[in-house]
Amino acid sequence: MLKQRALGVYAACIFVFLHAPLVILIFFSFNAGRFTVWEGFSTRWYEAAMNDQQLADGLANSLTIALIAAALSTVIGTAAAYGMWRRGARWLSGMLYLSLVTPEIVTGVSLLALYQWAFRFLHLQLGMHTVIVAHVAFSIAYVTIVVAARLRNYDRTLEEAAMDLGATEWRAFTRVTLPAIAPAVAAAGLLALVVSFDDYVITSLVAGVDSETLPMVIYAMARRGVSPVVNAVSALIVVAFGALILLSQRLQDP
Amino acid sequence: MTLRRVFLFPARAWMAVFFAAPLGIVCGYSFLTRGEYGGVEEPWTLENFLRLADPLYLAILWRSVWIAAVATALCVALGFPLALFIARGGKRKTLWLQLVLLPFWTSFLVRTYAWLFILRDTGLVNTLLQAMHVTSAPLPLLYNEGAVLLGLVYNFLPFFVLPMYATLERLDPALLEASADLGARPMATLRRVIVPLSMPGIVAGAMLVFIPSLGAYLTPDLLGGGKTVMLGNLVQNQFTTARDWPFGSAASLVLMLVSAWLLGTLMRSRVAKELL
Repeated sequence: MLKQRALGVYAACIFVFLHAPLVILIFFSFNAGRFTVWEGFSTRWYEAAMNDQQLADGLANSLTIALIAAALSTVIGTAAAYGMWRRGARWLSGMLYLSLVTPEIVTGVSLLALYQWAFRFLHLQLGMHTVIVAHVAFSIAYVTIVVAARLRNYDRTLEEAAMDLGATEWRAFTRVTLPAIAPAVAAAGLLALVVSFDDYVITSLVAGVDSETLPMVIYAMARRGVSPVVNAVSALIVVAFGALILLSQRLQDP
Repeated sequence: MTLRRVFLFPARAWMAVFFAAPLGIVCGYSFLTRGEYGGVEEPWTLENFLRLADPLYLAILWRSVWIAAVATALCVALGFPLALFIARGGKRKTLWLQLVLLPFWTSFLVRTYAWLFILRDTGLVNTLLQAMHVTSAPLPLLYNEGAVLLGLVYNFLPFFVLPMYATLERLDPALLEASADLGARPMATLRRVIVPLSMPGIVAGAMLVFIPSLGAYLTPDLLGGGKTVMLGNLVQNQFTTARDWPFGSAASLVLMLVSAWLLGTLMRSRVAKELL
């Protein structure tokens, strides 16, 4: 057999490749200087980030959008997973898989086309609502997959027992099944939150002037040239996302 | 309506109105003509698709396929040994998998920006090279195909490693022992037993890397700096700066059909039944 030790050395290299960029980014966010030369420890870029109005507005918009979109897609996605549990729904599951593989840029421009067409009849403009609708559309698939995976391991006889004892279908769902799969639903919600908060491509196409999100602000800053302020914000995002995802995974398999 | 229908309705409605219908509109637009002020008008035409065969756009099409294929090949080459290592990891398996997945779950934008930060003229690599007097001027590491490839491999490597690991983990160790007992050297076992038996995982993982690479937008945009234009950037440009929605729609349609076709092949294959 191939030597596991040789493979181990190789794997270590790949792990370094995967983690080093983020570690370097976080490391230099504490640099006193502007360039990639260490000039001493400082939290000045974090202070600059805290005092930046654009970043604050972007963060507020992103949080609002992500919270609403995650809540909506969790409800819709959980319901869909439950609906598809005992008997498949071919069209819906096909659409959900398709939404996962359709390039983001295509999803974005086609939603933009729909909005522009609909705005001919409605007196609306691009804004927070159009972003939220878009985010729900691409988050449903993630929620459904996570909840469906949990339902696959869920003992269906529990629900049948509840109904034999006189519970209606609805009561059996809310009192028996939902509590049992609640951790997976929470995990799916956290995942939707992260996916929504992170999106740049679709958001940038369907956002209005008043709905610039944090990724859009970061993108604009990165485009203008590298600023250590972006490193500081990125470091905070990496830590926050990491915590949320670990929590989400803990909830999925305790 | 039964409860099941009630539960399915919101998702069905949302996906119909905000996913399927928009794709339908783009499909329709791709056969229409660009209006004078950037709108969309009749007559119906195939002009937009014919324009894609123009050498200028054919080059973009070709570059997208080429970059996605090379990124996929690199992910297979880099990911296979890693998946093999993890599958044999014993008790530490979960830890190794976490190490692969954790960076993947941090923001896509941040991960791409990290490479921008490292590869730019005053970035870590160029600063180190100059400090060690290896080079006297910064090397042009950004804004070329290499940088785009690096970004794609970095972002999508986990897509290959996961199905690959799942396949390798299920390989019956007895087969490997049998191969060794019958006198095969480790490399022969790898080439003639492990690789053929794990082909479904290789194919699934390769598809999962190829599909998002082909439709990549942010990576070529940030790391290619507008010089390495891929299909995704063409679509974005037609819908924003150029305001030629019919042509942008035609490009979107091609991109979407290829992605959907690849997904369809993957789902219908034996691989999907074994892994999904």
